[in-house]
Amino acid sequence: MVSVALDTGGIEAARPWIEAAKTSHPALVDSSHVLDELLGIVNVPSGVWIDERGLIVRPPEPAFPWHPRQPSDELLAQLPAILVEQLQEAQKMRIDPDGYVEALRDWVEHGEASPYALSPDEVVARSNPLSEELSRAAASFEMGQHLFLAGDSSDAAHWFREAHRLAPLNWTYKRQAWSLADPFQGPTDVYDSDWLTDVRKLGPENYYPPLELER
Amino acid sequence: MIIASLYEPPEELERRTGWAIKPEGACRGDVCVPLPSPFDVRELAHRLRMALVHDEKHELWALGPRADGHALSSAGLPEIVLPDQHGRPFELRSRRGTKVFMIAWASW
Repeated sequence: MVSVALDTGGIEAARPWIEAAKTSHPALVDSSHVLDELLGIVNVPSGVWIDERGLIVRPPEPAFPWHPRQPSDELLAQLPAILVEQLQEAQKMRIDPDGYVEALRDWVEHGEASPYALSPDEVVARSNPLSEELSRAAASFEMGQHLFLAGDSSDAAHWFREAHRLAPLNWTYKRQAWSLADPFQGPTDVYDSDWLTDVRKLGPENYYPPLELER
Repeated sequence: MIIASLYEPPEELERRTGWAIKPEGACRGDVCVPLPSPFDVRELAHRLRMALVHDEKHELWALGPRADGHALSSAGLPEIVLPDQHGRPFELRSRRGTKVFMIAWASW
């Protein structure tokens, strides 16, 4: 297993989580969001399966190891209202951890004989779309990142907004940018929207695409 | 990728995209796309269908991925080298010979 944190904030943003998890696997940090572009990642968590030959056998897709626990009333009472609302929406998201973990285990055991291991043509066909508009979104996001890390957050925001406009379904672009303006990804003067507004508009059940785990 | 000069092949081009600039043009594997001389990133972007955005104030350009229809043009894993939590570079290729489950996550 290899984990990769997609974080413009780099290791400083990811370190607390990596240390808390006490990982024994390589825990990498992608502060330039290179993987988003190379593999077509648009949300997290996303899992990618790579076989012994270095071939991708499943392109990025939602990868939950378990259903997130329902927060206790005691915990909710301690949280800011915006986080409580976000958690409530998150509970409505449609995910399939049981199916995903079963498929992953099957592939680990059976390799290319596993029905969950896709052919190269299927891997390409199932990878996320990449139109000229989405290519422009990627370029815009990278420009935004570069300017943000250079200290120009105002000009960075212009390019992040452009990326959001061109790729409205790319949650990585949105959430990364929103988080740089507000850790809670709530409403700000910088962006036209925020996590809660966009999730409710889309419908939390549509936040992750359904897994295609046919046998 | 961020580009400061339109008239020099970006250093990261081959690593990020698999395309290399050769006398025959832009080449990836057995495929070469002719490019006019002298080199101009705008021509590269146009012929490879890569978006190119320009920030006039900062005099920077950013080149997007090739709009091939899909994010992956093949099932072959691209070259991926990223630092680990200690700052040491890790090549995903180093895990060749074993199955790898890669999980992308974020603090946000």
